[in-house]
This record gives sequence, structure tokens and C-alpha cells, in this order.
Amino acid sequence: MSAIFQIAGIGIIIAMIHSVLKQMGKEDMAHWVTVIGFVVVLFMVVRLLSELFQEIKTIFLFQ
Amino acid sequence: MEMISIVGLGLIATVLILVVREQKPMFAFLLAAFTGIFIFLYVIGRIEAIITVLEDLANRSGVPSIYLKTILKIIGIAYIAEFGAQIVRDAGQESIASKIEFAGKVFILVMAIPIISVIIETVIGLLPAGGQP
Repeated sequence: MSAIFQIAGIGIIIAMIHSVLKQMGKEDMAHWVTVIGFVVVLFMVVRLLSELFQEIKTIFLFQ
Repeated sequence: MEMISIVGLGLIATVLILVVREQKPMFAFLLAAFTGIFIFLYVIGRIEAIITVLEDLANRSGVPSIYLKTILKIIGIAYIAEFGAQIVRDAGQESIASKIEFAGKVFILVMAIPIISVIIETVIGLLPAGGQP
């Protein structure tokens, strides 16, 4: 439940940092920040996805 | 009430997605996927209870367990295929979504082949000139 707020918060904060770094003229830093935030969120989603697939396998496919 | 909490979760997630999509559409997509997975995990515990009851019924009535296993596998494939196709469709890739659905249909048909062959053999056995040409 709180993970949803976490992801939304990460998205908003990353957008803020991105715009601040852009204003300061550090374009490449801004892009790196976006990529790192994306990887963190992707990791959370993929972990939950693997949990879901494991559940489906144990319940439906008898493995 | 769990239903109310699910609906509230969906509404809150939708508002958050709308807020985040303004700046970063990638995060909005990941958030949508996460919400879908979360609701699915929430519901799957209940599905387990239903399936336990179904297994019990099948055991009592003497239905061969291979049929129930096949049907459960088909249901699982349908759930996964629908889920993946909807997430991909949300991201705007209509063609990949329809390919996922197509793959799901093919796998379901492959799973159903033993049952179909049993039905066909039964029908052939019922026909008068079935065994001896």
C-alpha cells in the first residue's frame, strides 16, 4: 500500500530535481538522476511482479 | 470492508498517476503496473480458497484430477495473459497487447487438446460403426 505512495513520491521528487538541475545548467546530471530514479522504481515493480508470478504458479499451475 | 479499500486504492493511485504523468510519463506507467499487480496479489488469496473448494468437490465426485488441473492451468494462463495485455495496452502498444492475447489463446488451445481428444474418442465410440469399419 505505502509502496504506491513511495513510487508517486519518487516520481514527483525526481521531476523536481530534474527541473532544478536543468535550471542550473547541468543537463547530463539531470538525465542521470532520471535514469537512476527509473531504475529504482523499476526494481520495485519487477520484484512485486516476480512475487505475483510465483503466486500464480503455485496456485494455478501446481508447481 | 475490503472492497472499499480496493476502490479507494484505485482512486488514489489514479490521482497520483495523473499528477505524475504531467512530468514523467515513465513513472506513471510503472505506477499503473504496480497498482495492478498489488490489487491482483490482494485478490489471489481469495481465489486460492475458491480453488480449494473446487478441488474438494472434484475429489468427492470422482472426476479425474487431470481435468481439473487442465482447467485451472487454463484459468491461470487466461489471467496472466489478460493482465499483461492490459498493462501493455495502457502503455499504448496496442499491437504487442494483441500478440500477447494471441499467444494466450494458442497456449489455452494447446492445454485443451487432451480434453478435446477425449471428447472426440467418446463421440467416435458412440457412433454405431465406430470401432469396426
